Amino acid sequence: MRLRFVWPLLAFVVLVALLWVGLSLNPREIPSPLIGQPAPAFSLPELHDPEKQVSHTDLLGEPVLLNVFASWCVSCRHEHGVLVELDKYGIPIYGLNYRDTRDDALRYLRAAGEDPYTAIAFDERGLVGIDWGVYATPETFLLDSQGIIRYKHIGPISPQIARDTIIPLYHQLLAEEVPSS
Amino acid sequence: MKSLLLLSALLLVIGVLMQPLGAREILIFENPEQEMRYQSLVRELRCTVCQNESLFDSNAPLAIDLRNQIYGMVKEGAEREQVVDYMVSRYGEFVLYRPRMSPLTYALWFGPIILLIIALGALFWVLRSRSRDKTAQTHNAATLTPEEQQRLDRLLAGKD
Repeated sequence: MRLRFVWPLLAFVVLVALLWVGLSLNPREIPSPLIGQPAPAFSLPELHDPEKQVSHTDLLGEPVLLNVFASWCVSCRHEHGVLVELDKYGIPIYGLNYRDTRDDALRYLRAAGEDPYTAIAFDERGLVGIDWGVYATPETFLLDSQGIIRYKHIGPISPQIARDTIIPLYHQLLAEEVPSS
Repeated sequence: MKSLLLLSALLLVIGVLMQPLGAREILIFENPEQEMRYQSLVRELRCTVCQNESLFDSNAPLAIDLRNQIYGMVKEGAEREQVVDYMVSRYGEFVLYRPRMSPLTYALWFGPIILLIIALGALFWVLRSRSRDKTAQTHNAATLTPEEQQRLDRLLAGKD
């Protein structure tokens, strides 16, 4: 007889628990199927120097960051300072300038001050972006020395994310590299 | 009151007129099957930028790029599955408005049916226990003790 009152309460508690978890997830963060996969192949002209090519093979050999940015992307400006700091820290950063014009991108970099990028691939039409599953700039990929994508961050990198996630992961990847070489 | 009604009617009309018209590219296909394949694909794949719209509904630059990409693939004779794999390998299962059947999606596919069965079972159980209570009650009312029976007999005979 008591059970009659317990069941609805139990169902309610389960519902609250499900909603609690479900509503606290960020729907913007879609897990990338590329984690654990080799970086998609590409070969694009360099932003500063159109004569040069930047390709996926440039990303091999050591852990690197690949940062997708564009001059029209407002939150890219917010994370620019963090990228400069990560570059100073010693992490090589490659850029993928996504759906942009060369003039706008160069002007954006000049206005931002320091250029943290080792090299920037110029993806004018966004086709390489599609291969990398880019849907919301800025996006940042962390690759190991074998060119396997190990981590992806969607949205601007905050100083906290750089300190608590990216730098520790980078050191982990550096440590992995030692026994194999 | 009247002007408020008029205003809401006007807003409704504007709202309807401002509905996005969806994909506006002019597309030429080799054959009707290809066109059908394209049209069903762009409606079943989600735009990851504006997450509650399909590629067909969305005007985001990425959606336009992806429609072009799918158009190119279909025109070159790609099968439905190839296009779906292409999208899933880049953006994940999330882009499928009609998720694939896999251990990961069993809860999604069978959950509603299981919940319905549980709900129907609970309803059946409650109704049965309730009707059992009722028959027990009417049964109790129908059986009289010998004294009650005697009294009833007397009443019916009109002696009391």
